[in-house]
Amino acid sequence: MTASFLGEDYLEIRNLTVDFDGFKAIDGVDLTLQQGRLHFLIGPNGAGKTTLVDALTGLVSASGAALFRNHDILAMKSHKIVRLGIGRTFQTASVFEKLSVLQNLDIAAGVHRKARQSVFARGNVPERVEEALDTIGLAALAHQPAGTLAHGQKQWLEIGMLLVQNAQLMFLDETVAGMSGDEREETGELLKRIVADRTIVVIEHDMDFMRRYADFVTVMHTGKVLAEGTVAEVQADQRVQEVYLGTTTEETNV
Amino acid sequence: MTMTANKSIEQPDAELGAQGSVQARPMSSLAQRLSTYGPLIGIVVLAFLLLVWAPSSLSTFRLGNLGRYCALALASMGIGLAWGRGGMLVLGQGVFFGLGAYAMAMHMKLEVAGPGGVPDFMTLYGDGTMPSWWEPFRSGPFTLFAIVAVPLVVSFLLGYAILKRRVKGSYFAILTQAMAVAFATLLIATIKQTGGFNGLNTFSTFFGHNLYNPEVQTNIYRLAAGLVIVFLVILWQLYRSRYGELLVATRDAEERIRFLGYDPANIKLAAFMIAAVMASIGGAMFVPVVGIISPSSVDASASILLVAGVALGGRASLFGPALGAIAVGYGRSTLSENFPTQWTYFLGALFIVVVLVLPGGVASLWSMLRLQLSSVQRKPSSTDADAGLNESLENDEPAVLA
Repeated sequence: MTASFLGEDYLEIRNLTVDFDGFKAIDGVDLTLQQGRLHFLIGPNGAGKTTLVDALTGLVSASGAALFRNHDILAMKSHKIVRLGIGRTFQTASVFEKLSVLQNLDIAAGVHRKARQSVFARGNVPERVEEALDTIGLAALAHQPAGTLAHGQKQWLEIGMLLVQNAQLMFLDETVAGMSGDEREETGELLKRIVADRTIVVIEHDMDFMRRYADFVTVMHTGKVLAEGTVAEVQADQRVQEVYLGTTTEETNV
Repeated sequence: MTMTANKSIEQPDAELGAQGSVQARPMSSLAQRLSTYGPLIGIVVLAFLLLVWAPSSLSTFRLGNLGRYCALALASMGIGLAWGRGGMLVLGQGVFFGLGAYAMAMHMKLEVAGPGGVPDFMTLYGDGTMPSWWEPFRSGPFTLFAIVAVPLVVSFLLGYAILKRRVKGSYFAILTQAMAVAFATLLIATIKQTGGFNGLNTFSTFFGHNLYNPEVQTNIYRLAAGLVIVFLVILWQLYRSRYGELLVATRDAEERIRFLGYDPANIKLAAFMIAAVMASIGGAMFVPVVGIISPSSVDASASILLVAGVALGGRASLFGPALGAIAVGYGRSTLSENFPTQWTYFLGALFIVVVLVLPGGVASLWSMLRLQLSSVQRKPSSTDADAGLNESLENDEPAVLA
């Protein structure tokens, strides 16, 4: 695999294994995440999707290798990985509820701020924050406490926080779960807008959402990569159909 | 791993719909300004009371007492920063208070001894030779430098070791408490070097000024009270700064902060170090005001008494810790004058009542009243977005020991 046809920033995962006292939650996964595409990570419950993201963001320790900008991120601490340009969201929106939307974004933007600047109160709204407010469509709510936002808006705020911290690689863990149809559509369009110069990995259960927005799909099952390809390729795959239709039908339509 | 069943129940959108359409208020409304700069008015009032009213109205004795409360208030304000805003229950601030106090006391002791002289207790308990590490404290500038630098270094080493290992909550509190016990034990055990149980006392001059001169005493009081005001302004700026927001965010959601690219240990370490320096400066002012420093002023129970004052006043508010320290100090002197043996029961009972009835301390009364008033005046409509942070800080109390 040569780098020439890949985007500038990509994550190369080789033989990644997460071992919980003998139980292999992730079992020798090889995966390449390319820039500029919405990469969906799907699979039944317990397939290891979230664990994979946990391993790649320093939450659980793993063996193998994951190279991003010439760093093996498996050996790095969480906050260093973030500083390298890899961000994530969590299944439950975890914005700072008491702080305003603006303050939330401002704190996220602080990673790229010099320490001595943080001694002062915020004067003008930083450009990066302003841009993110427009991109995620929350400019009118900038001074609302994040706790009063609707569920979907909280998820957009989280994406906005990833934008201001300038994450080149984003892991979004079940972002559209619990969203209304309209909100899902807006989220999909938002992701399409921002994906051009970055890599976005979406963990998802919503198959309709995946069909509509995925550029590339990886199907995981019992800690391994079961299939990879475009939506059509994956849907045609016999093994994928077995996993989804054979055992956990209800999963496909949450 | 991936749970989806309970996802859809989260956060019903219905009640939020109304608020979603409310326009964001302009940033520079009067209320916003008041909530930002209002505390400055409070600081000015307090400055007037402490620096103008008190010296002209109180007897020298009462003024000396107030000076002592001011010295303790400096340490308490640091605890407010570390505990109220940073979520670190520091139960051993006596250590840093003691570092500053002993540095100052050593210098004043050497002033009494005169050039080349040796402090009296060293000939009394030892062979009249002075340990070499006393020598630099003959210099006034070095002493002032040490009062800031020593607690900085010590708190950095301790804080780094504790916080980088992600020690939190009650474990952090116990560790700092143990520190205070060890420090007092060390002082008592080294009678030839530190005066032991008796501590350091019988001073005559403070940087060349006669301590028995009432005017000098008043000026020393002014210095202590002035430092309280100066640090209130510093803390006010710190609390409204980006660092202040970050510290509160770290207190409330440390793990989330990690995924924004910050190392929470560094954020907390900075607050811990500032708190240590404030305690040290408080200790350094305590010595010329009170005229003695001994292990009983820096040990575990002295440290807890400081924390009690902070809890009483309101740990997360700007004024709470300082006023709490002054109130506890005042209550202690008044009660101990009238009820020499029972005053601790009064203090204990007051502490229990306040923590039960007002977990946010007395300072939370104000914001509770304001909240009540505003909910009466205007119907439950738009939420106080800009004041949200400050209000939430004063109202609810995070489970620090959780």
